[in-house]
Amino acid sequence: MNNPVINLPPVYSLIGKHEVFPEVSHDETARYNFLANLNRHLSTVISPGNKVAFEKRVQPNFIKENGRDFQTRDEVKEAIKHDTQYQTWAALRRSQMEMRQQAGRSMTLRQAEDLAKKVAELNAKSPETLVLNDKVKTPHYLEIMDNHCMPGSYHTELFAGDVSNAANYDSGLFVTSGGMLGKLTDGGGKAISSWVLSNAPDFKPKRILDIGCGLGHNTLPLAMAYPDAEVVGIDTGAPMLRYGHARAVALGIKNVKFMQLNAEDTGFETESFDWIQTTMFLHETSMKAMFKIGTEIFRMLKPNGLSLHIEQPQYSAEMPLFEQFIRDWDAFNNNEPFWGAMHDVDMFDWIVQSGFKKEHLLSFGARAINDNEDHTKPKAPEVEDHGRSAIWNVFGAWKK
Amino acid sequence: MINDILLSSSKAKGKRPYFLEDKAVERVLNITMAVASEVAVMHERLDTIERLLASKNILQNAEIEAFVPDATQAEERQRWHASYISRVLRIVQQELEALQQDPANNRSMEEIAEELGRI
Repeated sequence: MNNPVINLPPVYSLIGKHEVFPEVSHDETARYNFLANLNRHLSTVISPGNKVAFEKRVQPNFIKENGRDFQTRDEVKEAIKHDTQYQTWAALRRSQMEMRQQAGRSMTLRQAEDLAKKVAELNAKSPETLVLNDKVKTPHYLEIMDNHCMPGSYHTELFAGDVSNAANYDSGLFVTSGGMLGKLTDGGGKAISSWVLSNAPDFKPKRILDIGCGLGHNTLPLAMAYPDAEVVGIDTGAPMLRYGHARAVALGIKNVKFMQLNAEDTGFETESFDWIQTTMFLHETSMKAMFKIGTEIFRMLKPNGLSLHIEQPQYSAEMPLFEQFIRDWDAFNNNEPFWGAMHDVDMFDWIVQSGFKKEHLLSFGARAINDNEDHTKPKAPEVEDHGRSAIWNVFGAWKK
Repeated sequence: MINDILLSSSKAKGKRPYFLEDKAVERVLNITMAVASEVAVMHERLDTIERLLASKNILQNAEIEAFVPDATQAEERQRWHASYISRVLRIVQQELEALQQDPANNRSMEEIAEELGRI
């Protein structure tokens, strides 16, 4: 029998379930299995063709017509639009992302009332650790389009207490990431907490703030790594917080509090946190908001405190324009419109402008800690999938 | 009560980009991919059933051929068809939603990126 080594995504039945996780039928599992495999096929078989088409046709044609090479990624974006290989990949990828939303939402909407009830019951077990505030408005940058093409985004409630989109978000990350983020999709939070534990062994944070925590999948690893600390997750989306809090109660994590607050102006006391974290959050804001958030972080951080941010690598002059273009693709085509402008900013400048000192900046690379990997099986070499692998840049600073 | 079938196939706020020269072809591509997904789902279900029946040694092909659903079963099957068709024709629904909705909910990412990137 011919069985070549192929890296396959883990089957959906391996996902980590908890008490508030939606009920998943046989067909829904199969639909997610199809989408994870389609995603894998697009990123490993069809997406590499974009670079080939770029080098063989798009770039030579551009040079022939203009007498010079590309100077900006916008020029690449404009020129590659007419290439049929690119068109096919892009059309299929957009379709896959929409199907992923459809699959998750058809699963959670059919049981929306049961999910809301389960969440309310669990939240009633620990009402003091969930602080909602309906005066907190959805920020303009989230209001004007639905992030990740998730209809209704993080803030819409179809009825009072609705958490269907939060459950959809929780259920689908395993599919879009091909299981790379682990059973509970907490590979980012685990990576950052294990880095801090091993690189700053004397750092004993008492109070940790996670900004833009969403449903808390990267917040809980911080609480588990520092069981004596109080971890506070803030977000503007009430349904995400309600679901995330119930999820934390279900998973038995007690030292975490979820609060509905806007990071631009939290109202927290000055110098009240030892560690302030953002994980794949800044690119979902705006330039104005990001600078306000930076200043707010510096204000809230205690002396000798630590601030860290996980994002994809910044664009730099050294990064080839094609790579910039392909990393930027989701900005326009998966509704993450601040992605490009954010990745153009020199994050060290942003941190320094927030008040930190140059000599206390730090940055390092991080890879998701993934409990889905079966290390006993042989692996085929991986194909680079720009901007979509679970490998990140971390940057931040100590406040000294 | 919410209409979970139509809501599941809703369009997200923000203008949908198209990539193929002919929009009509992209529409058909999306429908075809959704059908492909459902064929995979059916394949997986059938695979489960066949494996279970084989392991119990109870598969009777003639019984399957002769099966007629009762009223409840028929209702369940028709609901399945409604949800199936909505899934397959998602893109048509979303184009219609784009046509009907307030233009503020259908701004292009280029335009929003420009606005959000402003200092």
